[in-house]
Amino acid sequence: MSRYLTDKLARYTVFTSATVSFLILLAIAIFIFKDGLPAFKEIGFIDFIFGTVWRPGQEQYGILTMIVGSTVVTIWSLLLAIPLGIACAILLAEVAPFKVRQVLRPAVELLVGIPSVVYGLVGLVLLVPAIREIGGNGFSVLAASIVLMAMVLPTIISITEDSIRAVPTSYKEGALALGATHWQTIRQVLLPTARSGIVASIVLGMGRAVGETMAMIMVIGNSIVFPKSILDPARTLTGNIAVEISYATGIHESALFATGIVLFVFIVLLNGIAVITLKRGNLGQNVA
Amino acid sequence: MAKMSPKTTQRIAMIGIWGGGFITVAILLVVIGYVLIQGIPGLSLDFLLTPPQGGLSGEGGISTVIVSTFYLVGVTLVVLVPVGLGAAIYLAEYASNNRLTRLIRYAIETLAGVPSIIFGLFGFVLFVTVLHFNFSILSGALTLVCLLLPTMIRTCEEAIKSVPCSHREAALALGTTRWQMIYRVVLPTAIPGIITAVILCVGRAIEETACLYVTLGGSAAMPSSLLSGGRTLSLHVFYLAMETRAFDKAMATGAVLIITIIIINTLTNLLSQRFQKKMKGSL
Amino acid sequence: MTNYNGACLCGKISARDVNLYYGNFQALKNITLEVPQCAITAIIGPSGCGKSSFLRLFNRMNDIINGTRVTGDIKLDGQSIYDKSVDVVDLRKRVGMVFQKPNPFSMSVYDNIAFGPRQHGKHNKRELTEIVESSLRQAALWDEIKDKLEQSALALSGGQQQRLCIARVLAVEPEIILMDEPCSALDPIATLKIEDLMRNLAKDYTIVIVTHNMQQAARVSDMTAFFMMEEDRSGSLVEFGATNHIFTTPKDRRTEDYITGRFG
Repeated sequence: MSRYLTDKLARYTVFTSATVSFLILLAIAIFIFKDGLPAFKEIGFIDFIFGTVWRPGQEQYGILTMIVGSTVVTIWSLLLAIPLGIACAILLAEVAPFKVRQVLRPAVELLVGIPSVVYGLVGLVLLVPAIREIGGNGFSVLAASIVLMAMVLPTIISITEDSIRAVPTSYKEGALALGATHWQTIRQVLLPTARSGIVASIVLGMGRAVGETMAMIMVIGNSIVFPKSILDPARTLTGNIAVEISYATGIHESALFATGIVLFVFIVLLNGIAVITLKRGNLGQNVA
Repeated sequence: MAKMSPKTTQRIAMIGIWGGGFITVAILLVVIGYVLIQGIPGLSLDFLLTPPQGGLSGEGGISTVIVSTFYLVGVTLVVLVPVGLGAAIYLAEYASNNRLTRLIRYAIETLAGVPSIIFGLFGFVLFVTVLHFNFSILSGALTLVCLLLPTMIRTCEEAIKSVPCSHREAALALGTTRWQMIYRVVLPTAIPGIITAVILCVGRAIEETACLYVTLGGSAAMPSSLLSGGRTLSLHVFYLAMETRAFDKAMATGAVLIITIIIINTLTNLLSQRFQKKMKGSL
Repeated sequence: MTNYNGACLCGKISARDVNLYYGNFQALKNITLEVPQCAITAIIGPSGCGKSSFLRLFNRMNDIINGTRVTGDIKLDGQSIYDKSVDVVDLRKRVGMVFQKPNPFSMSVYDNIAFGPRQHGKHNKRELTEIVESSLRQAALWDEIKDKLEQSALALSGGQQQRLCIARVLAVEPEIILMDEPCSALDPIATLKIEDLMRNLAKDYTIVIVTHNMQQAARVSDMTAFFMMEEDRSGSLVEFGATNHIFTTPKDRRTEDYITGRFG
């Protein structure tokens, strides 16, 4: 009967669609590793990661400056975003009255939707000249950190807010009934219990920060140097790939793919940590 | 330092907390506000309908860019929706909890976290180089499909899963095959959620830059076929900002972008609410 | 379907030595009974004794749950329904089911009722409209709803939704209607309407109803089966017979205890 044929056909079709995602991941891994490995072989793993000079024209491929660039920008942006994000999350989850929440929530969602180039553009037009007044030429780690902070903020806010909300009301009521103030309850009961979610949000934010490309290119200066102060320019791993891939050939191209491998592995690890942290947190609460 | 009373500590903390909220909103207002204020004056029908001159001048409008963006998003959706929806249907309705399913879910989770530039690298190798599609709308679209697949699958799966079980039982008890039940009861009921997923992906496609930067090429001309290069609105902002001094045009393009995103966000929220209401309506 | 030419069973649908397992857990033990045609058979008993599970054997709805295993024989018109050659989809057309909680689709009233016939190949608009009207009349819902056919089914009251679900089943022209506690989610007035409806339907259809409500079983059914949970938590059939016998002169002590309210 034809309807059984359709049934079977449908089943196979959707199964194929589902395996596509797995195939894509496999393909990405294969292609990137395949094109990146020659660089590791030729340049040597240690020299590649720890080399301080990146000058493709002279066959020098060390990405340490860019590792430092990415790391510094990420750390600074997180330092700015974490307190801000947690404060805002507490506001949304515990403190704000309904009307305020109705405005604030969509605002945070909107922050997520703004394209990275727009952040970069505003950074370029507003931040860079402002920083120039302080020192350097404006294209700096500072500018990049501020821009990145704005982009990472919504991630931290929303996941932290969810974690705070997930704390059972009984914990909160127990503390309040003992005469604790609202803030004491938040600080000593809610936040510690939500800790795994907060950590997960930071880890995920870190992943986003490390992966950001275009906005970074626009404000960080793209100089292949070690930034000695936050007013100095730098270059990120992602920026390096984007800027050079279109004209790179041979080992140069392979080195860029190798950079991709480093990024890929790092972020998969980060995401794995975030997921495990979240899961362990949930388990802890179920037991309680 | 004298020990502060809990009440005082609380007051200080509250100032900090509210401060956090204000700063967050301030950031939003500054970013959106500045772009809109600087950009909207530059918006005119002329701006939307003339092509950009390209190169270093930054003069002209954004007509070709708008067309390229539509073209790109269209091609992306043509591939993304069937594959993503199909995978979501499989995961929600057919998959049993075996190793293959776990592998697929792991792949989706992992892909969701991979940064856009890596997809760009992948697209550059596979579509632009190996498959000889060159810098083109096709390469860009296929790269976007890979990037957006996890989002599409996740959101569709949620929509499908929120159709109540009772609907499925009722359909089966009336004598349908599994696929008939899915096609005629589950999917129609989940349509608002699925549309939300599509709109979400459209929004993300429009704001994407990194992976398209290395697969689309930067051509400012009107795309004539799948294999032509092009620029999306986001990329155009980037090129204007980095290669020309035409910041006013960049702001104007940025304004168009922001307005589009706001419209898409609002649409998604409205649809989402309607979907909830429809589900709640069933006891 | 060919008729079975062995020892003839006079029941429309019958179970013989049926055991049901969910994985390792035995839910039903050695059930044997015959459901007569064009009559109402009620299955009563305390909660958890497998009444619903038993009912769902008749249209193989238990198949959806992983790990179920059925032994023994269940025959419809003399032919075993668990045979490999049986088309489950067709079986469910002949044996319809109404669930405890009304579950109309998120569609219009018309589309809900036309759903079944459309699945089975009927697409002619006039034919469908006739079927919709006839089903709604049989379900005693036509007068209330005839100008609201395009309205969403979810906008109806609980009692109306349940009658809609009954109409939906009637639209596929079943021979048997299984009802799993159809009134437990409804108010008393809606319940009475459905009981009246059942008596009318029994003239043309065979009805099997699971109910918690003993008075309902006494009011409505021709035959009653009393199930009970044994010590190992499996359900078994204690007594089966004509309703007035069961309720006035039960043969088994346990039946009498349940009916007089000593437990359950």
